[in-house]
Amino acid sequence: MEVTLNHYLVLSTILFAIGLVGVMRRKNLLMLFFATEILLNATNIAFAAISHYIGDLSGQMFAFFIIAIAASEVAIGLGLLIVWFKRTGKIDLDQMNSMRG
Amino acid sequence: MFEAIAFYLFAALTITMFTITVMTSQALYAITAMAAGMIFISAFFFILGADFLGAIQIIVYTGAVMALYAFGMMFFDTTRDVVEKRTNPQIVFVLGVLAAVMVVAIFVAPIVSNNIQALYPIQEGVGNSQAVGMVLFTKYLVPFELAAVMLLVAMIGGIVLAGKKMDKSLTLMKEEEIGLMDDTFEPKAGGH
Repeated sequence: MEVTLNHYLVLSTILFAIGLVGVMRRKNLLMLFFATEILLNATNIAFAAISHYIGDLSGQMFAFFIIAIAASEVAIGLGLLIVWFKRTGKIDLDQMNSMRG
Repeated sequence: MFEAIAFYLFAALTITMFTITVMTSQALYAITAMAAGMIFISAFFFILGADFLGAIQIIVYTGAVMALYAFGMMFFDTTRDVVEKRTNPQIVFVLGVLAAVMVVAIFVAPIVSNNIQALYPIQEGVGNSQAVGMVLFTKYLVPFELAAVMLLVAMIGGIVLAGKKMDKSLTLMKEEEIGLMDDTFEPKAGGH
């Protein structure tokens, strides 16, 4: 019943896969942001686990920076989303084709 | 023994919560399940001995990020069901599995190669917060300052994009209109 590094990596991969499924099936941009947060958290678990089992603090440092990046991503992303919602009244990904991409 | 029990319990809880977040069609269920999942993830950090990271996870994610999402959701119509994209589920499944296997390969490769060395080993007799501080403010000082600048930029960006005068969008107006708005806005600013 020993929890090894592989347990944590498998858990991290499962969570990452859940986040990927969310990114691919969501059309609402807010829900897409939620899935992105899941992806970032999955990698955080992997970093912390590797940091613990190798005995190196660098993994935790990278996890801190990932959290900082996630926080700034949310601030900018929600600001842009609010501006877009005020313009169009919708936050669906399919309607964002003004550039005809 | 207890570590294994805690690990499996919190693993099941986290996977359940994030599955609800991804699968539900109601935005409020998604955000609450998301906040719960974030707290459960902090349990892994406490199990792994990264106490400071766990505290940061609770404070920043469930305190700041989730509150920001809840605040942002007030602008949107969250009562209606979320419309889903109609994609081929087989493509989604195959792409998800491929990307997940790739992530495993990325993380397992350095361990399999087995020549990894601890650059900043965890010192004996020093608490986690103290060790984190010593490494963060010596070896990672420049990335730390860069992250601080990045957060400042994000804060200014958020204020500019979604800040005051919510009924008027500064990003949609011309320069003259903005100058005009400031003149007319000031006298009745108190009653706004």
